[in-house]
Amino acid sequence: MSGKPRLHYVNARGRMEPIRWLLAAAGVEFEEAFLETKDDLKKLQTNGDLLFQQVPMVEIDGMKMVQTRAILSYIAGKYNLYGKDLKERALIDMYVEGLADLNELITSNFFQPADKKEEHLATVMDKATTRYFPVYEKVRGHGQDFLVGNKLSRADVQLLEIILLVEESKPDILAKFPLLQSFKAKTSNIPNIKKFLQPGSQRKLPIQEKDIPRLMQIFH
Amino acid sequence: MAGKPKLYYFDGRGKMESIRWLLAAAGVEFEEKFLETREQYEKLLQSGSLLFQQVPLVEIDGMKMVQTRAILNYIAGKYNLYGKDLKERAWIDMYVEGTTDLMGMIMQLPLQSAEMREKNLALIIERAKTRYFPVYEKALKDHGHDYLVGNKFSWADIQLLEAILMVEECKPDILSAFPQLQAFKGRISNIPTIKKFLQPGSQRKPPADDKYIANRGKCCLTSVRFHFPQLLLKYL
Repeated sequence: MSGKPRLHYVNARGRMEPIRWLLAAAGVEFEEAFLETKDDLKKLQTNGDLLFQQVPMVEIDGMKMVQTRAILSYIAGKYNLYGKDLKERALIDMYVEGLADLNELITSNFFQPADKKEEHLATVMDKATTRYFPVYEKVRGHGQDFLVGNKLSRADVQLLEIILLVEESKPDILAKFPLLQSFKAKTSNIPNIKKFLQPGSQRKLPIQEKDIPRLMQIFH
Repeated sequence: MAGKPKLYYFDGRGKMESIRWLLAAAGVEFEEKFLETREQYEKLLQSGSLLFQQVPLVEIDGMKMVQTRAILNYIAGKYNLYGKDLKERAWIDMYVEGTTDLMGMIMQLPLQSAEMREKNLALIIERAKTRYFPVYEKALKDHGHDYLVGNKFSWADIQLLEAILMVEECKPDILSAFPQLQAFKGRISNIPTIKKFLQPGSQRKPPADDKYIANRGKCCLTSVRFHFPQLLLKYL
């Protein structure tokens, strides 16, 4: 059945958030079916809707797509956010994979034991400012508005997403990155993205400590 | 500078192995520069060749490519192993992500305590049998073709063979309940470029004999050297 893409996940950022960002940036309206209990997940599994028994799952163009990367690549390809040729795609892929690594580092903070959290977060912030952000600051130094091919791509969308995520932990993280500051401002003003950043959009809030047990219970 | 792709990594499987498989299957000759000492790794870091200070690094078509997934995507696209359109690519991506998850579990084993390793090995076998292999078995059964996607040899087939062989190193009879996969394994192993890669003396890397689990023999271990524990954490 054609129509809007339909996202199956919990009502939280998790692994679905980059997908929400990309659809929103592409101007694609989408629906969401939230898993609230373990039974909701089991139902999808027994229905055979989940190729590897896992979510995220996105119903799109007659497919029940799973695996975050596969879904993101498909959306990016379909909506021309993946560069114009193989080499541009290679560059986009490198940038995007770096950001995915940083994202993993940040989200893994929740699963650290309480006494290790602060230390872990400090390490993550250090990586952000010494390994990742300098790369994108340098690319921005080439003077174009977008990271690759002088055109909006998934790399730009994902970079903005990660910048905002890191800022939630350390608001001044971009202090030494003037070009990323201007990137953030410019990219946030792209109409589809601006809309997604407004309250009331489908963008999800940061995870609260109190939600973690409930979410863990669905998946474990 | 054009020429053969050049791979920079440790002399072991790790995250580079899937790249070796893909290049070999595509019939692409490649060179390897093994990082054997701390100094070599530091030198590479200083050279600015590593975008995120990590390996794998592959020099290919004038680019210094990093990030395993980016490298694999590029090679697959360049050598027509990525399907004919967006939808075929979507299916290849889904299949590849599944085998990547499974192989990723196996790659973690050398980094774990003996107790965790035992537990995770059992989990890997269970996942292979109930979550992953049934998917590929069904796909092959349903369409009856020789290859997973689009009736044409693709990256998905290469990675599935790699995963099958890796799991078999843990449990030789893992395919006993999967007749389609057994036939698939036979077929794909006989493709000339892959057959060559499976011969001794190829650039395929062996699993390690781990002195910590001596009784298990050659089981599911990547032959990552343990010289640089910090580096392992960095590149993983």
